[in-house]
Amino acid sequence: MNTPHTPSSAPDELAVLAPPSPMAELWRDFCRNKGAVFGLALVSTYLLLALFAGFVAPHSPIEQFRDAVLTPPAWEDGGSVKFLLGTDAVGRDMLSRLIFGSRLSLAIGLISVTLSLSLGVVLGLAAAFYGRKVDTAIMRLMDMLLALPSLLLAVAVIAILGPGLANAMYAIAIVRLPAFVRLTRATAIAELQKDYVIASRIAGAGTLRLMFITVLPNCLAPLIVQATLGFSTAILDAAALGFLGLGAQPPTPEWGSMLAGALEFIQRAWWVVSLPGIAILLAVLAFNLMGDGLRDALDPKLKR
Amino acid sequence: MISFILRRLGVLIPTFLGITVLVFALIHLIPGDPVEAMSGERGMEPARYAALMTEFGLDRPLPVQYIDYVFKAAKGDLGNSIVTQEPVLREFLDRFPATFELSLCAMLFAVCLGIPAGVIAALKRNTPIDYGVMGVSLTGYSMPIFWWALLLILFFSVHLGWTPVSGRLAIEFDPARVTGLMLIDSILSGEEGAFLSAVSHLILPTIALGTIPLATLARMTRSAMLEVLGEDYVRAARARGLSPLRVVVRHALRNALIPVITVIGLQVGTLLAGAILTETIFSWPGIGKWMVEAIHRRDYPVVQGGILLSATLVIVVNLLVDVLYGVINPRIRHAR
Repeated sequence: MNTPHTPSSAPDELAVLAPPSPMAELWRDFCRNKGAVFGLALVSTYLLLALFAGFVAPHSPIEQFRDAVLTPPAWEDGGSVKFLLGTDAVGRDMLSRLIFGSRLSLAIGLISVTLSLSLGVVLGLAAAFYGRKVDTAIMRLMDMLLALPSLLLAVAVIAILGPGLANAMYAIAIVRLPAFVRLTRATAIAELQKDYVIASRIAGAGTLRLMFITVLPNCLAPLIVQATLGFSTAILDAAALGFLGLGAQPPTPEWGSMLAGALEFIQRAWWVVSLPGIAILLAVLAFNLMGDGLRDALDPKLKR
Repeated sequence: MISFILRRLGVLIPTFLGITVLVFALIHLIPGDPVEAMSGERGMEPARYAALMTEFGLDRPLPVQYIDYVFKAAKGDLGNSIVTQEPVLREFLDRFPATFELSLCAMLFAVCLGIPAGVIAALKRNTPIDYGVMGVSLTGYSMPIFWWALLLILFFSVHLGWTPVSGRLAIEFDPARVTGLMLIDSILSGEEGAFLSAVSHLILPTIALGTIPLATLARMTRSAMLEVLGEDYVRAARARGLSPLRVVVRHALRNALIPVITVIGLQVGTLLAGAILTETIFSWPGIGKWMVEAIHRRDYPVVQGGILLSATLVIVVNLLVDVLYGVINPRIRHAR
């Protein structure tokens, strides 16, 4: 702001001297990180595409144009403006499938992160509040889940539930559960030592009130970061399951399952192989950048 | 030291038993039962069904079946594959060297590139070099490795024609299986060109599988180095007039590597998970591909055994890393 310094602007100056609100400060710190802003911009773009997929996409994601199989992108020889990014092996429009894919990937991220976050918070708080036995039981269970390599655990869950998009989401939620439980427990235990919790306890607050109203809001910062990063792993794992044929089933336009048969076309149609991967990479990268930026902005140790 | 190891083991045994429960439950949670799965789409006569249930002991109470399962597993009997009728443990051991060879190469690739990259990024903090290394490693970290593998094939195999697309060895070679590691067996066989063929088959899967550990290690090494470079003993070493290289390697890097070693240990799980994808793409005959095929064929004893053995592997490696960590860093050993 280039407001000239006149006596009448004194109240403004006072306002400048007052500490900014926590949200404004978070936003300022977040914006200092260019990568994070880039990530946020990308995530917003995906979000808009996902919300308005029906309006933006030129075709239906599952309509097969049998006379235009494996059309190259518009700028290549033989390409057509009708299919800007070309078509796949059964003549479906790549661009439309990618746009609808963003809807699926964001939904997978949202649902699986919400599931594992909410269950993780409840279990983590229970471990922190309900004494040694509950704590040991919950943490042993989490150790078990951690001993299984992420994708392997997801594959095991799919083996029980059967392949499919919904089951892939449950599988991913279970895989990510230990991270949220451990994080909630660790931050809650650190908070439990503090005076305000003791004060609240003396004032007669019940355990549930202490857990969810007194302590939980103060554990949110690391959980928000973990949730953001959880989006990226959820999208990645869902794509991997789709690729293996264990997640979304055809003709669902899920990015990973779009790549499932792509090896076949690797010599003839580069766009079938490369475009869905770019969509996945950018989405995962965006959430990782945003998560890193949020962590730096929320972590007081890194603040000057 | 021994009490430290025993304490660790004390925590691991319940974890391990828990996993056996989980894996045991796997087969009973699956809709239908193994006999139904065996009978396939056509179904089976009730008498034959009952006979098979008795034969597999599936008509007994669950706790009895579980205890039976644990004792058999402890003796190495993980049942037979429904598809091949081979013992699951033998099938696993047959395929394990392929996965081990690939994982080891991927880890070496990650360590040899990731640690120097992290060190350089830390030393050149906030310069374009640092941003470049961190940008590349974040991209690697976000990479869907099955797609990365496809890109590598597209460029190196299809476009340049440098490397083969799948398998462990060109078809004309058939070295005797001695160690199960193709790099060693191909040398021992004495066949000309066999070793080179093994190497060329290994390159792309190694890069594909090693990329995520590489990115993780670079990021970890950078932050560990930055922390150590601010320590008093590094300043003291500098003040004593030691050469910058000596300060970095002998004083800073040695201490920065302590947390990095833990991360290397934790990557075993990442490697096993990544092997599922990498092996599927490159038709690498290891346990990852084996398990994916087993799931598609509904070969549940294989899925069950594979999960149990992989988890055991992860647990054992984590124990080793913990112990190693205790050896390097006495403060951990004596902490309660």
